[in-house]
Formats: sequence, structure tokens, C-alpha cells
Amino acid sequence: MRLEVIARPSVWRMIGFPATALVLTVVFGSALALLAGANPFQTLGLILRGAAGSQFALLETLNRATPLIFTGLAVAVAFRAKLWNIGAEAQLYAGALMAVLLGTGALGWPSGLLLPAMAGAAMLAGALVLLGPAILKTRLGVDEVVTTLLFNFIMLLFISMLLEGPLKDPMGMGWPQSSRLVPEARLPRIVDGLRLHWGFGLALIAAVLVWVIQSRTTLGYEMRAVGQNKQAAEFAGIPVGRVILKTALLSGGLAALAGFSEVAGLRGNLTLDLSPGFGYTGIIVAMLALLNPIGVVISAIFVAGVFVGADSMSRAAGVPTYIANIMLATALLTMVLAIALTRFRVRWD
Amino acid sequence: MGEILEIFLSASFWAAVIRIASPLIFATMGELICERAGVLNLGIEGIMVVGAFAGWMTVYSGGGLWTGVMVAMFAGMLFGLLHGTLTVPFGLSQHVVGLGITLLATASAYFAYRLALPRVTTPPRIEAFQPLPIPVLSDIPLIGPALFTQTPLTYLAFVLVGVVSFVLFRTPLGLALRAAGENPAAVAAQGLSVTALRMGAVMVGSGLMAVGGAFLTMSAFNSFFFEMVNGRGWICIALVVFGAWMPGKALLGAVLFGMFDALQIRLQQTSIGADVPYQIFLMMPFVLSILALVIMSRRASVPAALMVPFNKGER
Repeated sequence: MRLEVIARPSVWRMIGFPATALVLTVVFGSALALLAGANPFQTLGLILRGAAGSQFALLETLNRATPLIFTGLAVAVAFRAKLWNIGAEAQLYAGALMAVLLGTGALGWPSGLLLPAMAGAAMLAGALVLLGPAILKTRLGVDEVVTTLLFNFIMLLFISMLLEGPLKDPMGMGWPQSSRLVPEARLPRIVDGLRLHWGFGLALIAAVLVWVIQSRTTLGYEMRAVGQNKQAAEFAGIPVGRVILKTALLSGGLAALAGFSEVAGLRGNLTLDLSPGFGYTGIIVAMLALLNPIGVVISAIFVAGVFVGADSMSRAAGVPTYIANIMLATALLTMVLAIALTRFRVRWD
Repeated sequence: MGEILEIFLSASFWAAVIRIASPLIFATMGELICERAGVLNLGIEGIMVVGAFAGWMTVYSGGGLWTGVMVAMFAGMLFGLLHGTLTVPFGLSQHVVGLGITLLATASAYFAYRLALPRVTTPPRIEAFQPLPIPVLSDIPLIGPALFTQTPLTYLAFVLVGVVSFVLFRTPLGLALRAAGENPAAVAAQGLSVTALRMGAVMVGSGLMAVGGAFLTMSAFNSFFFEMVNGRGWICIALVVFGAWMPGKALLGAVLFGMFDALQIRLQQTSIGADVPYQIFLMMPFVLSILALVIMSRRASVPAALMVPFNKGER
């Protein structure tokens, strides 16, 4: 078989294949529910209700979507320039670490100064974490996929070391956790009495800013050019290496904001289970959004809904919660295939 | 310094080195075969989890040990088939598909584990592979316990390196496979199918990765638990680069790696370990892998068509 480019794909092709991918994902999820001895319709209904069936559920989903928007943006920005940043997890923890370093009483500043300082320091730390692998890539040609992946493990161990050492909460009953943030260092809630914090608002602003950068600035143009064809970009006089480094700084900074927002908005301290793989899930979020920053917001809410819904379904119906990860991985794989099939025709000859 | 010398002179240290290297050898050979044919397989981490689970589950539910290894390999090949189908004929991004496979495979194994054992907190143990001392050779001091008193899977790992090396460099199939990773158009011009070669490589490679995972549950920890693969797959990808895509050098890398890993475990129990946080020791494998990548980066021996999809009739 071979693939033939379709010059002008029909609307049916553009809608049909991605829709089929989603249907396949749901069918596969139902099969898994059956396998677990549960009623598939009831299982999917419980996931839906758990994700968006009540005000509480919906806010929980948006809260869960917040870090995913940041990591999704981080991945989208990097992948657009073909910088394979799989290390959003490490950058997230770097951001969380800065939030805790500045926010637990080291600075006696009012909220209006302290929160921006924490966010700024977090972005700087995350950017620096990704800068290492990016420099190795541009200077020595070291593949950044492996280095960023390996950095995730190093960072988690580093955080573990700090939490059992200098950052350990003296009041923590021996648990490896940091002290709690001072009240001035906490992100306020968007509406009083509702559990949604301003991290979500910040994530929306970040998405719009990334969209502006990508579609309205020279840097965004250069990032796209480098991603599409490095040689052509080089030939056109674009400083490819510097563009990749700038992309890394932006991507790392965005991922770090996820850590800042989780610590300052939700948790109030740093623990080793701060992120259940938000960095990795960000890849699914970004791919489902076709690397579009506004799309990232929608797909992050969708992905978060699947996780939150599956958690609540698992408690009610007894289907293991890992069904969420399986369905999302299926969605990712079927979707990349569907997108390819909208652009190519398969020829059997 | 005396403490460290003592470690290096103990037979149990060298036995541990080989034991730690064994699963890495299987998975590294698997990845090497894939990459030689031109496909980067980032599904490795998840496929190892699947292999670890499938092998353990087979034995836990009453199957034989070798049946477990076969089941693990078959499960790995299934995920290899999926990876190959998406990346070879359809030419999808090998990064995205590979990470997707890792997510899918890991989640599938965890899902199946939770289905089989819903409320288990202590992972059940199985009767795993036992060391099989080789007569005469195992009596050699130091070398005997290290190399010749291992489990059958370890011997198999070393044999495998020879087989992979022979097939890749001494047979027409190996030549075609390497050519598929260097110059696929030339392979197609010879009337061979690049698609078939690459698909085959990804499936066989994935099967080997799964056996590497199975080693963990069937020859090392004797039970299955979450997060048990813990980045070993990513380390194997680094080992392939370190070995410059040569089976023998990759084996050397795996053994070196095993040496550092065994050393850090033992250093934790010495006077040095009392002063240094244990996390520093646990970081060493990952730091070393990155260092290896940096050191080897100057030697540009990457298969020329690695990560380049081949579409027949396209120029």
C-alpha cells in the first residue's frame, strides 16, 4: 500500500475520520467496561455524570483541567517547532518548587507582589530546566526526547530529597511534605464559596497569549517555520538554534506554571504526588487539540473530565480507574491516524 | 576507599551487575533492531510493563515459566504490530505513536492487574526462575558466581546479543534490515518490501522488550507492582545511542550501567551512604544515561533514515 496526498480533502473526510476516531474510542471503552463485568452504558453514564453532572463535578473537572492546560500549552508550543519536550513533568515540579521556596514565608510581601514573583520565579525555573536539553540538542545534537524524559526522574528524586531534607515541614508528622504557603501566597478563588481557583483564569489568559504569540508575532512565525522545515528556515535566514532555545524557554515556563498553580491554587504545599503525570497527559491534550492553543483549553477540559468522571465511576461501578488512561491513549492514537487519513488516500497497489 | 575496593572484590557484586544488566540487554536489543530498520520505538517503556505483567500473570495463574516468557513476547509483539502499523505504512509521527503506545500499554497492564486482583495491597509472589549454575565454570572464583550462576533468562540475554549481531551483520536479512534504516529507496529498488522489513523489525523488537520486562517479574522481583519498570525503557533508548547502534557495544553499555547501579545500591550501605541522601544514588543511573548521550553525541553513526517514513513511489 502507499499513501497519496489529497489536494483538497472534502468536508466529509475532515469530519468523518475524527468522528470515527471518537466513536471507536467510546466503543473500545465500552468493551473494557464489559470486560470488567459492568454495564457499558451505565459505566459511560457514570463517567459523564462524574465529570459534568453537577456544579461540584464540573468545577472539579475545571480544576483538574487547569494544570493540563498549562502542560498542554507547553507541549503544543514545543511540538509546533518540532522540539520534543517530554519533560513537562520535571518543569512542573521546578515551578512548584519555586512557589514553595518563595511562598512559605521567605518573603513578607503582600499578595499583589508575592504571587507575580512566585509565578515569575516558577517560569524562570521551568525555562531553565528545559534549556539544558535544548542546548544539548542545538549544540551537540543530543536527542531531547530521551534527555527530557530522563530529567523527569532526576527532578522527582531531587524534590524527594528536598522534601526529606531542607524543605521538610517540621509540623508534618514526618511525612515528606513542605510547609504550607502563607495566606498571601495562595491564589484566591474566582467566585467566593466555589472551589475553582484563579489558576484556571491564568491558564485561559496563557492560552490566549500563546495564540497571539503563535499567530501574530515574528517569533511565532519563526517557530512554525523551524517546525515545518528546518533547512528551509535556515536558508531563509531564520536563526534556527536561537528559535529553538526561545521555544524551550517558553515551553518550560508554561509547564512550570502548572506547578505554581497547583501549589498556590489547590494544594497549598508541595508533596511528591503533586502531579499524577500531568506532564505526560499534556502530550495527549496538545495532540488532541492539533497543537492549537485555544483547542488546548477545550481538549484539557475534555481529558480532565474523563479522569474526574472515571474516578467517580470507579468508586460506584468498580471498573478500575485505569480505564481513563486506556481510553485517552486510544483517543490519541485513533485521532492521529484519523487526521492523517483526512490528508492522505490509501492506495492498494 | 577500602569499602569500595571490598565491594569490587565481592562475587555477589558482580552477580548483581549481570542480573541488573539482563533485562536491559533484552530491551536494548529490541530497541536496536527497531532503530536499525529506521523506526524509533518509544513504546518501549509501556511494552516492558506489559511484558512484566503478562509473564507474571501467566505463571501466577498456573502456567509454566517458559510459557510466561512466550506469552510476554507475544503480548509485546501485539503492541509492536500496532506501533508498526501506525508508523510504517501510515507514516505517523514516531514520537507521538510511541508515547501513545507507552500510555496504552502501561494503562492496559495496570487495568488488567486491577481486574485480576481487585483488592490486593501486597503483590503476590510467584515461583520464579532459579539460578542455574553451569557445571565446572561456576566454580571459577569471582567470575563463576557472576557469569555462570545466573537464571536461564540471563544466559539467553547474552546468547541473544550474539544472535542479533550475527543476523544483522552476517545474513542477507540483516543487510536488508540495515538498509531499510539507511536507504529505504535502495531496498525498494531491489524489489524488497520496506514496509514488511520495518514491520517485522518493530514486532520482533517489541517482543524482546516485553521479555526484558518479563525478566523483572520472573527473574528479579518475582512479583508485579506498579511503577516497577521505572524508566528502564528510556534508559535502554540511551543505551542504544551509547552503543552506537552496535549490539556488542550496547551490551557493554548495559553491563557498565549494571555496574554503576549495583555500586550505588551498595554505596548506600557504606559510610558514604550515611552522609549522602539516598536520592543522589538513585539519580545516578539517569544522570549517567544523559552523560553517555552527551559523550557519544559526536559520533554520528545514527541510521540515516531513522524516523523517516518511507512511502513507495514518493520522491
